[in-house]
Amino acid sequence: MTSKEALFKYLLRLGDTSLILAQRNAEWCGHGPFLEEDLALTNISLDLLGQSNALLTYAAQVEDKGRKEDDLAFHRTEREYYNTLITEQSNGDYGKTILRQFFCDAFNFYLFSELTKSKDQTIAAIAAKSIKEITYHLRHSSTWVERLGDGTEESHSRMQDALNELYRFTGEMFEMNEVDQILIKEGIAVDLNNIKVDWDKKIVEVLNAASLKTSANTFMQRGSRDGIHTENLGYILAEMQSLPRSMPEAKW
Amino acid sequence: MGNTKDNQGALWEVFVQKKPGQPFVHCGNLHAYDKEMALQNARDLYTRRNEGTALWVVPTDAIVSSSPEDIGPFFEPANDKVYRHPTFYILPEEIKHM
Repeated sequence: MTSKEALFKYLLRLGDTSLILAQRNAEWCGHGPFLEEDLALTNISLDLLGQSNALLTYAAQVEDKGRKEDDLAFHRTEREYYNTLITEQSNGDYGKTILRQFFCDAFNFYLFSELTKSKDQTIAAIAAKSIKEITYHLRHSSTWVERLGDGTEESHSRMQDALNELYRFTGEMFEMNEVDQILIKEGIAVDLNNIKVDWDKKIVEVLNAASLKTSANTFMQRGSRDGIHTENLGYILAEMQSLPRSMPEAKW
Repeated sequence: MGNTKDNQGALWEVFVQKKPGQPFVHCGNLHAYDKEMALQNARDLYTRRNEGTALWVVPTDAIVSSSPEDIGPFFEPANDKVYRHPTFYILPEEIKHM
């Protein structure tokens, strides 16, 4: 694998992860638990979409085969997507959506903090812009996890159910392959082992405050690094891509 | 959820400061269950188009308001007291927001 191929795949991984989480959160638009929270999550969804747009635009430039960000978003299939598995999991109730968001926000916070120091200037610039948004996302989702986990008996039990379901998708966020090896050597990518230490600490802190417990010996699912996904992604792409695929010339 | 019972949390009033040094201006209200949520909701609802650089949120209950009947005794006596306006002074140009 050349370093250009590695950079392209790395950007797809970052861009797809933001895109699929944005799409999932957008499903809440107009269905939030109350007006203020509906707007908050839609704001977050749009922030993520903006990050994805910047990352996929750069990915298309790096690939240099005449494709654009929209071609990458709307004309790739499941096996060509590299978003982390956790982002594609179903929304469930609001507790599950918020917990999914919290796991991703905490990961993005440490990842993008480090990426601001990337030797790739475009990645560093995207990270510098995104980290302010992500800092707010993390504040929003972590306070909600505490509020619901430490709230009523019902909210606590729903959050614990969400945790039991989602925790197994957190392991592969830190998985590294040839892409990472090549780009870490060049000072472009981040060593995810370092991120894991900070992420674990943050998760323990917030889950403790929320009176939630992870079960030891959780079997961690994997696959997204190889483009292997849960059944959810196909449905997401079907909905997200149907318009541009059936009407390729459609414009706003 | 019916119209009879509102379970969206307490009402809070939102004040936005456009720039440091300027007054906080009331811009609306929102629902929230606690202080942090009120502050975050204020940020999401009222500052998403660059409206400000600082926020206050205040429980609506904590605001003491004059009532419409007070207009006469409260405010009308000031109508004919022009000498209370500082129009007889020349303000230096450096002084802003007076």
